[in-house]
Amino acid sequence: MTAQTLYDKLWSSHVVREEADGTVLLYIDRHLVHEVTSPQAFEGLKLAGRGLWRVDSVVSTADHNTPTDHWDEGIKDPISRQQVETLDANIKSFGALAYFPFKDKGQGIVHVMGPEQGATLPGMTVVCGDSHTSTHGAFGALAHGIGTSEVEHVMATQCLVAKKSKNMLVKVNGPLPAGITGKDVALAIIGKIGTAGGTGYAIEFGGEAIRSLSMEGRMTLCNMAIEAGARSGMVAVDEKTIDYVKGRPFAPTGAQWDAAVAYWNTLHSDEGAHFDAVVELDASDIKPQVTWGTSPEMVTDIDGIVPDPAAEADPVKKGSIERALAYMGLTANTPVKDIPVDIVFIGSCTNSRIEDLREAAAVARGRKKAASVKQVLVVPGSGLVKAQAEAEGLDKIFIEAGFEWREPGCSMCLAMNADRLQPGERCASTSNRNFEGRQGQGGRTHLVSPAMAAAAGVTGHFVDIRQL
Amino acid sequence: MKAFNKLDGLVCPLDRANVDTDAIIPKQFLKSIKRSGFGPNLFDEWRYLDHGEPGMDNSVRPLNPDFVLNFPRYAGAQVLLARENFGCGSSREHAPWALDDQGFRVVIAPSFADIFFNNCYKNGLLPIVQPAEVVDQLFRECEASEGYRLTVDLQAQTITTPSGQSFAFDITEHRKHCLLGGLDEIGLTLQHAEEIKSYEAARRQSQPWLFHQV
Ligand code: SF4
Repeated sequence: MTAQTLYDKLWSSHVVREEADGTVLLYIDRHLVHEVTSPQAFEGLKLAGRGLWRVDSVVSTADHNTPTDHWDEGIKDPISRQQVETLDANIKSFGALAYFPFKDKGQGIVHVMGPEQGATLPGMTVVCGDSHTSTHGAFGALAHGIGTSEVEHVMATQCLVAKKSKNMLVKVNGPLPAGITGKDVALAIIGKIGTAGGTGYAIEFGGEAIRSLSMEGRMTLCNMAIEAGARSGMVAVDEKTIDYVKGRPFAPTGAQWDAAVAYWNTLHSDEGAHFDAVVELDASDIKPQVTWGTSPEMVTDIDGIVPDPAAEADPVKKGSIERALAYMGLTANTPVKDIPVDIVFIGSCTNSRIEDLREAAAVARGRKKAASVKQVLVVPGSGLVKAQAEAEGLDKIFIEAGFEWREPGCSMCLAMNADRLQPGERCASTSNRNFEGRQGQGGRTHLVSPAMAAAAGVTGHFVDIRQL
Repeated sequence: MKAFNKLDGLVCPLDRANVDTDAIIPKQFLKSIKRSGFGPNLFDEWRYLDHGEPGMDNSVRPLNPDFVLNFPRYAGAQVLLARENFGCGSSREHAPWALDDQGFRVVIAPSFADIFFNNCYKNGLLPIVQPAEVVDQLFRECEASEGYRLTVDLQAQTITTPSGQSFAFDITEHRKHCLLGGLDEIGLTLQHAEEIKSYEAARRQSQPWLFHQV
């Protein structure tokens, strides 16, 4: 048999049928459902008199609209409340393997909840009406975001109409330097290949630095594959993957566990497998990353400066830089370390897992929020992450530092709930998108790792975490 | 789904690269549980001078006179001309819904983000990839002559300019078939229900841990 990539293996094992033009019916094992992209899909099922093809493939939670404080008061925004209540009603009538509604202790951001419940397993196809579904590829799964029509299609048929992507290998060589996280690796890759660099590809992340990342770090990395244009990112299965999955609520047990592990251990690219594109980076070149613009590819490192549009020859790129600097309120050639921040947001499906919170807490411990910083929000990714952090006393460290410790949810990652930036406010954020208006109209986002965000919170500007 | 066959439509040029779905339809409008009515909020933050929220009367909001969609010469445009990586960002299908609701049927760009590209087809919207030089030419022609229209023929897979110059475009057979017929993709897939069931039965055998009783 010819050598296959991990993606080839995951793809071919899920093909139900293939048309002459290469269009495939791809079988879906896990369907994660949240309140924003599902109502129209359930509505479509109802209108057509259809039900779920496989109820036990659906795992659901409410995350985008839920508030992160005053839970006793419920959801104040009536339109948000209606969307969350619509999900409650739809799950009630259609069913699901598991549902973690607003205020449930298992509730959380869909991409944090799935893995921690063992609802994401190696070898699965995982879809969700959310582009950051690529996160789950960290488990050696084929995972990607879909639109609402596809959500309805998967609900009704358990399949997706799909065409195979090309294979890309992104290899990060050498050991990861101290203080460099999955987030820095992700941003460095996007800085190198651009936000469309992965379009049309499924990316496998490999190399020594990737192997050394924890599962949390790998999830952060795969989460941002979509910011490089790739619908899916993935990492081969190893000991860390299997250790992480073991004992989780929906993970197999007993003899099935052994059979599963034997299969999962085959989920890696074969020696000599063909990749259509290979990108290599040296881990030793990666420094803590900070974005300066309105696209994740507009990134530099902590020793960098804001670029000068005058130095850009390409007129489209030059225009983008000019527009980004105007929106961000930045002057060309300003050192990144001189950029002051008003708000810090630590959270989102990119960086709200326990390890992220530990890294932020290690910086916050014994320090205080800078007087110039208006607010530091720490939003755990799920109720379980929150409980774990509290058991470790991280909440106290944050509160003593003057940070706010909130209830789980998407929060200021996209500001669909009440947590949002005011026009002109500048935020050091651990989320994944720095688009115009993403964190609130007129808000200015700089993407960084959790430790870098916490450091900005205690100093009032960006600093090199390795020198703090 | 709306069928797409042939269109002769007015062209509106949106000269920005990396237009993301947050720009196409800002998140506050995603709270709707409906599929329609997103048109007036298409490009909301660029199109209006005030901040938009769901439930506002958009007809009385102050328009941004510098934004192309508000130029009288582009009123009623059905073809959107765009730059590279159009539709990047989130998977929200509200983006094609908003374009469709505004009256657009075709988007032409040098490249699209994958999920957006896919979502277009599900909604009778035709995304067309053309080489950057062709897109450049169309931008120049469109900006130079008021009332610039393009003819898009899906059956023939061509775009034709007013001067009669034609450009071919690619589309998979499956997508073309669905768009031309306005076909319900779920119904088409369910014609293969037996194959799905037998695949599923084999999977239940080989990987029983993926299945649970509910
Ligand atoms: S945390 Fe942000 S990126 Fe992640 S699912 Fe929620 S809104 Fe989307």
